[in-house]
Amino acid sequence: MSEMRATPVVNWTAIFKDALIAALIAVGLFALLIGLKTDQTLNNQMVLVPRPGLFGTIVALVFFGRLFLGYLNAVRSSEVKKKKPSSALMIKVEKYGLPVLIGFLVVYPLVVLGTVGPQGALKWIDNFGVQILIYIMLGWGLNIVVGLAGLLDLGYVAFYAVGAYSYALFATSEPIKEFMAQLIGEGFWQAWAFWICLPVAGILAAFWGVLLGFPVLRLRGDYLAIVTLAFGEIIRLVLINWVEFSNGYAGISSIPRPSFFGVPFNATENGFAAKFGIEFSPIHRTIFLFYVILALALLTAAVSMRLRRLPVGRAWEALREDEIACRSLGINTVNTKLTAFAIGAMFGGFAGAFFAARQGFISPESFVFLESAQILAIVVLGGMGSLVGVVIASVLLVGGVEILRELDFLKMYFGDNFDPAQYRMLIFGICMVLMMLWKPRGLISTREPSVFLKEKKAVSSDLVKEGHG
Amino acid sequence: MVAANEKEISAEAGVKKSRVKTGENGWEAFSSTMEVFVQQLINGVTLGAVYGLIAIGYTMVFGIIGMVNFAHGDVFMISAFVALIVFMAVTAFLGMGAGVIFLALMLALLISMVVTALYSWTIERVAYRKLRGSFRLAPLISAIGMSILLMNFVQVSQGARNKPIPPIMRDTIHLFERNGFQVAISYKQVMIIVVTALLLGIFWYVVQKTPLGRAQRACEQDAKMAALLGINVDRTIAVTFIMGAALAAVAGTMFLTYYGVVHFSDGFVPGVKAFTAAVLGGIGSLPGAVLGGLLIGLIETFWSAYFSIDYKDVAAFSILAIVLIFMPQGLLGKPEVEKV
Repeated sequence: MSEMRATPVVNWTAIFKDALIAALIAVGLFALLIGLKTDQTLNNQMVLVPRPGLFGTIVALVFFGRLFLGYLNAVRSSEVKKKKPSSALMIKVEKYGLPVLIGFLVVYPLVVLGTVGPQGALKWIDNFGVQILIYIMLGWGLNIVVGLAGLLDLGYVAFYAVGAYSYALFATSEPIKEFMAQLIGEGFWQAWAFWICLPVAGILAAFWGVLLGFPVLRLRGDYLAIVTLAFGEIIRLVLINWVEFSNGYAGISSIPRPSFFGVPFNATENGFAAKFGIEFSPIHRTIFLFYVILALALLTAAVSMRLRRLPVGRAWEALREDEIACRSLGINTVNTKLTAFAIGAMFGGFAGAFFAARQGFISPESFVFLESAQILAIVVLGGMGSLVGVVIASVLLVGGVEILRELDFLKMYFGDNFDPAQYRMLIFGICMVLMMLWKPRGLISTREPSVFLKEKKAVSSDLVKEGHG
Repeated sequence: MVAANEKEISAEAGVKKSRVKTGENGWEAFSSTMEVFVQQLINGVTLGAVYGLIAIGYTMVFGIIGMVNFAHGDVFMISAFVALIVFMAVTAFLGMGAGVIFLALMLALLISMVVTALYSWTIERVAYRKLRGSFRLAPLISAIGMSILLMNFVQVSQGARNKPIPPIMRDTIHLFERNGFQVAISYKQVMIIVVTALLLGIFWYVVQKTPLGRAQRACEQDAKMAALLGINVDRTIAVTFIMGAALAAVAGTMFLTYYGVVHFSDGFVPGVKAFTAAVLGGIGSLPGAVLGGLLIGLIETFWSAYFSIDYKDVAAFSILAIVLIFMPQGLLGKPEVEKV
């Protein structure tokens, strides 16, 4: 067949015209918003600063980008198209990725400690390790709601906030501290607060999940999304305005840090370092936090993997594919959705409690809508329902942002005012749109049925719309 | 999310709140609440006009392709920025005379409508068109991405600070005065109400009487059938996005002149409120969107004046949740039948 392959026919005039139109549109879009910058002078006068250079560069980029894309499309369309059923590599990644990943994560802090020493390791374990793991856990938690049950939840951060605030409020509460001091002994609450409050935070978050979920779960997909967004915002606004309860904008500070099961991480005689006969270093706490969040995240993964095989998990997946069919087969859709919502919320609550303990300070600013969108972006980019996909997306998005902070050398090219970190949300937005256009089902989009009778019969469901598998 | 202009609004309403508390006994109290009521009614209708204009964009797009255009609030914010830049450019060249301000406002309105329409068209073309007929959450997620993208694009290109315009049209018309409380309507408010009414009239004519409007209504009822009858569905949808954005641009320009300041995150909360208005009026229904906008505007102003300014957004979000849960078809909408 190789002789049959014609040389690609590239219609340059059409491509050129197309690129020219794109450039003209770019002129219309950016002439005012990029070409002119509103600035304030020292005496608060607003002035316009023209930026012809930047504007020209961007229009030129659009023009040549479109030209290149047009050429690429022309070449590709003249080749014989081969439709791949689904990426075999990605399925392999999904299958073998998790054990490899867990092994890597378990040794990660020790490897880092060994290679860069305790000073440099703090950044790598805290900023990259713990930060990414929090998002992996949140992603896995939301994955139960969005990926398995197909309920788009735009207010997931509300449950994260419930978890964080319940830990923060309980742990800093004087009455509980005194009561515990009388009941068990001085210092008990300081040492054990995290371990007692962690399940409480999860239960409270699950309770809120049921409370908020019950009235809204009969709504259709996009309405559900908007209502969950509204609930998320309401919780945040209440936290801001109900100052007596949550201390408003100022937030809650000096939240007790987690202890090593009762042994605090400090330089005293009863501290962790002294007890184990090693030299005190603040890195111990960070490494311990890393393992705590790793354990919590793995718990989330294990629970969601096991639940998928239970009747309720199968009902979730069926519900995601076709709600009407589920109802006609006698599945109680409200209860099924509610369990997904509550379990997802519970893991959000765990992550929130951990977040509060790790930061030592929380305020409503940490629980804005963008945070929900970020977690959702991780789940969506990773591939809804895929555990490994969430990990890849978290590493790319959260780790990528951390790396942006490190790119100081770019200042050499773009001037001293250039701050790569301010582009992170912009890149986030672009990623979300491109991902939907390129692969609406995410990086790893298998949607293989978890259970089947004897053999898989139907075509892989990622080839068809839901309800047609 | 809370921009300084919100603080300004709260300061404004705070003055009114203290005025409410001045006369608190007997007939005097009643008659003074009467004036406060009229004043709040005027403020509420002004705010409602802005929400109604944005809500039309949500309701039209939802009616025709059944998606929540999450980025519409940010399109509104972009329009306010375009209006700001045009206004500043014109006044920078021609000074700040009374005639110049009028000219600058008109130019800002027109250019903002054109540029915003171009934005909305591009967004539809780039981020939504390919996803029509994809799985049901894909367009919504793409729209959320677009919303984040637009917000941060403006932040990066124009800076993260509040952008004020010089105070303009500060004069007010005193309607009547009783017990030391003046009921006044500012020229800004008159302008907002008049322009909104005018544009709604034009818009109503286009949708009801022109071939374009007929095509739109046909696509809304049954896109496939409309296509079979020779209507270019893609173009009709694009025009819908353009019209919605042009009306949002009117709202954006009005927002800028009314509050005198704009911030890159200002699209989110007005966007959600306008969506609430669209849902309250019955999504898909154009008169419903205007009615819903007015109701939300009135509820918000009265809530701020009589109950609590801090919880006004909570009130708006709660209305959204309550309406969606108990009355998803809204006031003027048609009940929806779920099809297999």
